[in-house]
Amino acid sequence: MSKVAAKAATPLLQVSDLSCVFDVSKPWLNRLIEREPKQFLRAVDNVSFEIRKGETLALVGESGSGKSTIAKMLVGLLDPSEGTILFDGEPMITHSSDRMTELRKRFQMIFQSPYASLNPRWKVADVIAEPMIVLGVEKDSAKIQARVDELLDLVSLSAADGSKFPHEFSGGQRQRIAIARALSSSPEFIVCDEPTSALDVSVQAQILNLMRDLQDQLGLTYLFISHDLSVVRHMANRIGVLYLGALVEISDSKELFRAPQHPYTRMLLDAVPDLEMTGRKRKEVEGEIPNPINPPSGCTFHPRCPFANERCRREVPRWTRTKTGVAACHGVEESRIPETEMAR
Amino acid sequence: MPTPLLSVRDLVIEFPTRHGPLTAVDGVSFDLAAGEVLGVVGESGAGKSLTGSAIIGLLDPPGHIASGEIYLKGKRIDNLRAEDMRAIRGRHIGMVFQDPLTSLNPLYTIADQLIETIRTHLRLSEREARQRAIGLLDDVGIPAASRRIDDYPHQFSGGMRQRVVIALALAAEPELVIADEPTTALDVSVQAQIIDVLKEQCTQHGASVILITHDMGVIAETADRVAVMYSGRIAEIGPVREIIQNAKHPYTSGLMGSIPTLAQEEDRLVQIPGSMPRLSDIPPGCPFNPRCEKVFDKCRVQRPSLIPVENRQVACWLYEDTGTSEVAT
Repeated sequence: MSKVAAKAATPLLQVSDLSCVFDVSKPWLNRLIEREPKQFLRAVDNVSFEIRKGETLALVGESGSGKSTIAKMLVGLLDPSEGTILFDGEPMITHSSDRMTELRKRFQMIFQSPYASLNPRWKVADVIAEPMIVLGVEKDSAKIQARVDELLDLVSLSAADGSKFPHEFSGGQRQRIAIARALSSSPEFIVCDEPTSALDVSVQAQILNLMRDLQDQLGLTYLFISHDLSVVRHMANRIGVLYLGALVEISDSKELFRAPQHPYTRMLLDAVPDLEMTGRKRKEVEGEIPNPINPPSGCTFHPRCPFANERCRREVPRWTRTKTGVAACHGVEESRIPETEMAR
Repeated sequence: MPTPLLSVRDLVIEFPTRHGPLTAVDGVSFDLAAGEVLGVVGESGAGKSLTGSAIIGLLDPPGHIASGEIYLKGKRIDNLRAEDMRAIRGRHIGMVFQDPLTSLNPLYTIADQLIETIRTHLRLSEREARQRAIGLLDDVGIPAASRRIDDYPHQFSGGMRQRVVIALALAAEPELVIADEPTTALDVSVQAQIIDVLKEQCTQHGASVILITHDMGVIAETADRVAVMYSGRIAEIGPVREIIQNAKHPYTSGLMGSIPTLAQEEDRLVQIPGSMPRLSDIPPGCPFNPRCEKVFDKCRVQRPSLIPVENRQVACWLYEDTGTSEVAT
């Protein structure tokens, strides 16, 4: 798995063959009467990737592609069905243990909606102090107070804001509070699950700028999850593209946009509305995401893929090295997909 | 000059509260020509959806039109009785809402809903209406329309449902379609399909479109003209290409800069400090003045009205002189 990383330093996070299977069967009695077997949904299917220290890896995909499920498994909110997660070389186990508590201090998460992720009955200072108290980073209350003020200042709020309640803030300010909370246990790694998709564009710009500044200042590593390709391009060093729970391509950010390899990545890039108004004629996007309970055989993208052939329908593609990264596509492997350098 | 299809004059929408009325839309005026696509963009709370709801007469109480006029083909429609408005809604103005699941009735088949709409507005028999409904579904790209017409909304995917809603909006051949965030609930790949269908169908039926969205990219691909709204007012209105490539109003240029793009590699996004004021404390003068870089004294006291600059209109005091001189020549 770690053929790339063997040369470089150990990656901060190593995910191998991660899967998450949900049991979506009907109740036992219904199954018995209707003679139906159990049904499973593979929300995440054999996903492997690494994140190096200080970089931002982004995962993009449409709804139902498994982005948020991966995020939840990484921070231990959900147990993986198969596969391993190594954080700084140590396996993550969700059961509580002293080792795990130590590990827990080193990563945090920022959620999508700042309206749902802050307790409305808690003062902002308490919200921000909570990770420090729960994880036992700091016990002295004066020091906690000082740290909260410092964090509020870091995210461009004032220390006086600590005594207010979340409802007194706008969406963008709430997301700043959520960021301050994530930073309070001084983590190295932050999972950001669609941190700006609930915000307006001008506020989104403020939050994205803030996150980049914090990364430079504190040397943070991000896993950035988004459905918005232009946001991802702005934030990430490397990008992984998800389709129906599986990674179809991982590539350097710039390269992915210049020369996308996998047909799905190409389709996704083609579908983004063209703000520059270059008059680019886009290809007709075909079909919709199939039902994940009953995914297509072989390569799951084949019913929508213009380059699909018999092999794609039959055989699940393996990782192939490309000029820009890796992709899981028979067409790329056989190099029968025409080169298209995006005119960007 | 021909009468515009739709003409909105000084529209003011208010919400009464215990502390006096809140003005959510304040003096919005624009014209829409037949066959034109007008984009309305703005951030949440800018009043874009309210403007759309007011035109089609679906403002939720206690919100109401406090003053101003709306004309459809020269006929005033904002003060009609409910039953007269009902004859216009659907027949002359169609609507596409954001969430296709809530705009379709889950208890009726697609056929029931389409046929009801068609027969309410057009003199057709049940059979003819059904034929027409199948034709409409076919046009919006629903495969095997004659079979799927008897399905219920939950049997369709999000994108397919939005196609049904578009068919429903166009069922009685309206002259105007108001699309309120038609693709916001959809994935990018499906969004592209829906925009294409909406554009193509409205062109084919000769309908004008008011496209309300927060997504500049969608506007860029679809609209002929765009109105940028801020705090219930139009900040800038004009041809899409010119506004996107060369915004005049400081808010528009800030907004354009804050959108990350696929094309260029920028290190930092342009950042407009602060956020849009609450309705209860819109500052005097220009509502954008506390966030504006180019603010000067006049902005803080006097409210700018739309000033013609080149072939667009900008509500900004910066263009007071240039505007008038250029119009004079």
